[in-house]
Amino acid sequence: MLNQLTISELAARLAKREVSAREAMQSCLDQIQRVDGKIHAFISHDAADALAQADAADKLIAQNGRDTSHPLLGVPVAIKDVLAVKNQPLNCGSKILGKFVSPYDSTVVEKLKAAGAIIFGRLNMDEFAMGSSTENSAFGITRNPWDTERIPGGSSGGSAAAVAADECLAALGSDTGGSIRQPAALCGCVGLKPTYGRVSRYGLVAFASSLDQIGTFTKDVRDAATMLNVIAGHDSRDSTSVPQPVPDYSAALTGDIKGLKLGLPKEYLIGGLDAEVKASVDAAVKQFEKLGAEIVEISLPHTDYAIATYYIVATAEASANLARFDGIRYGARVDGNDPIELYSKTRGAGFGPEVKRRIILGTYVLSSGYYDAYYLRAQKVRTLIRNDFLKAFEKVDAIVTPTSPTAAFKIGEKSDDPLQMYLSDIFTISCNLAGICGISVPCGFTENPKLPIGLQLLGKPFGEETLLKIVHAYEMNAEWHKQKPAM
Amino acid sequence: MAAPEIDIKYVAHLARLHLTSDEEKKLGAQLGGILGYIEKLNELDVTGVEPTAHAVPMVNVTRADEIQPSLPHDEALRNAPAKANGLFMVPKIVE
Repeated sequence: MLNQLTISELAARLAKREVSAREAMQSCLDQIQRVDGKIHAFISHDAADALAQADAADKLIAQNGRDTSHPLLGVPVAIKDVLAVKNQPLNCGSKILGKFVSPYDSTVVEKLKAAGAIIFGRLNMDEFAMGSSTENSAFGITRNPWDTERIPGGSSGGSAAAVAADECLAALGSDTGGSIRQPAALCGCVGLKPTYGRVSRYGLVAFASSLDQIGTFTKDVRDAATMLNVIAGHDSRDSTSVPQPVPDYSAALTGDIKGLKLGLPKEYLIGGLDAEVKASVDAAVKQFEKLGAEIVEISLPHTDYAIATYYIVATAEASANLARFDGIRYGARVDGNDPIELYSKTRGAGFGPEVKRRIILGTYVLSSGYYDAYYLRAQKVRTLIRNDFLKAFEKVDAIVTPTSPTAAFKIGEKSDDPLQMYLSDIFTISCNLAGICGISVPCGFTENPKLPIGLQLLGKPFGEETLLKIVHAYEMNAEWHKQKPAM
Repeated sequence: MAAPEIDIKYVAHLARLHLTSDEEKKLGAQLGGILGYIEKLNELDVTGVEPTAHAVPMVNVTRADEIQPSLPHDEALRNAPAKANGLFMVPKIVE
């Protein structure tokens, strides 16, 4: 089954001409046909276009072989519905974009195409990436491939579910407060959120511009390195992308982590941490020690303030960013007698409940008389949170935590209680506020029902090489990632 | 510490976001809870702390002032809900 392969496995078989890109793509399409009715990871996909891209890849391989100049040649990669792919629909899981079709490629998609990838499908997500369960999509909910009564996590729930269910070899997502790492953990795949500024956000629909970062979903750590090699780098079209050289991330995967120092934050032993999650993370820590890493207890004293800070900063930025969806230049429109009425009716009809909640909260914390009390104070606490991390990284090379306090919860369990939903992001949110990098890798399963558990590692700004090296060494000795959902 | 009452109608007007009366009621209650939680930031002393707007601040980012290809006119209008004569159509603004 070619759809079950990792990128590196497929690349090797394509290079030896044992299989064709068309066969690999067809195998993913067959899997979608077989399982996507149950999990609904995809909002839509264009099978004919995907196969045409596969044929083009096969032609290139026939002409030139499959060399390193196109590291993703013939590899099917699916895309979260928040990234622009030329001539494909883009809805952000919302009604408000109507029949929007992207007039251009996002930089990451341009880079993936240049590397030879087959770009296909629109992956489901919480509307405008606001949510932790993929229950907030106007296109229906996505279900966890390990247990279809449960959520896949969010907001990139479609990306995580599609990779876990072998409907594609890799996927792109976006992470504003954990939207890559948390669903990767709950679905049992590898989710990488690079450092803020490492990957261009051009062509990513903005949610919270100072927190958003594009990242990858893959079946193992090696593939995460391969994908990051392709998408990382400065882009003059994103003024916040950082002009730092891109190293060869694959070269960092040496398996040797002797002497590296890993920090365990004492503040992360919170009340709501599930016993099985804790046991799996403890076992992973023991594994790191066996591999020669040194474990150091550290303190991130402002951890308890991260969620409150996040929900001010993120909603404030979102309320400004989402002002552009007003029914004038693109998307759906509800007519009104004057422009204000048109905006108001269009937005009232087009946005779902969670997006409305966050726009109202964000507008409120920025409104006259409250700016200093909420937004400015939150930005100052953000400094304290960032300083916690920078101080910790003077002592350690990376920080180890659970990705999520529990395994996947049931559909509907938290959807009526937004605050409880927000609190489930406790371990992932600080990373975005601090602008550092993070990754989630599988580290075990709960027993009954069997659900994946994720281990999070947080790294220094632009410390992706070290981060990937550490989790790769772990993965080689743990092999949780090789288990597949029954479906 | 009690969170302040939100004037939902006023904030919704600022956000140009029409809400039904049911939505106003539900949102009011939920936001009260969320703002109550957010009040915990007042426990911290932030005197003298500089605000962080961006974790990796880049200042005065410019690029060479050169003409580059941009989105063709018809592509820019491709997704418009209403258009005429190569322009976006909007309701009358000035009487």
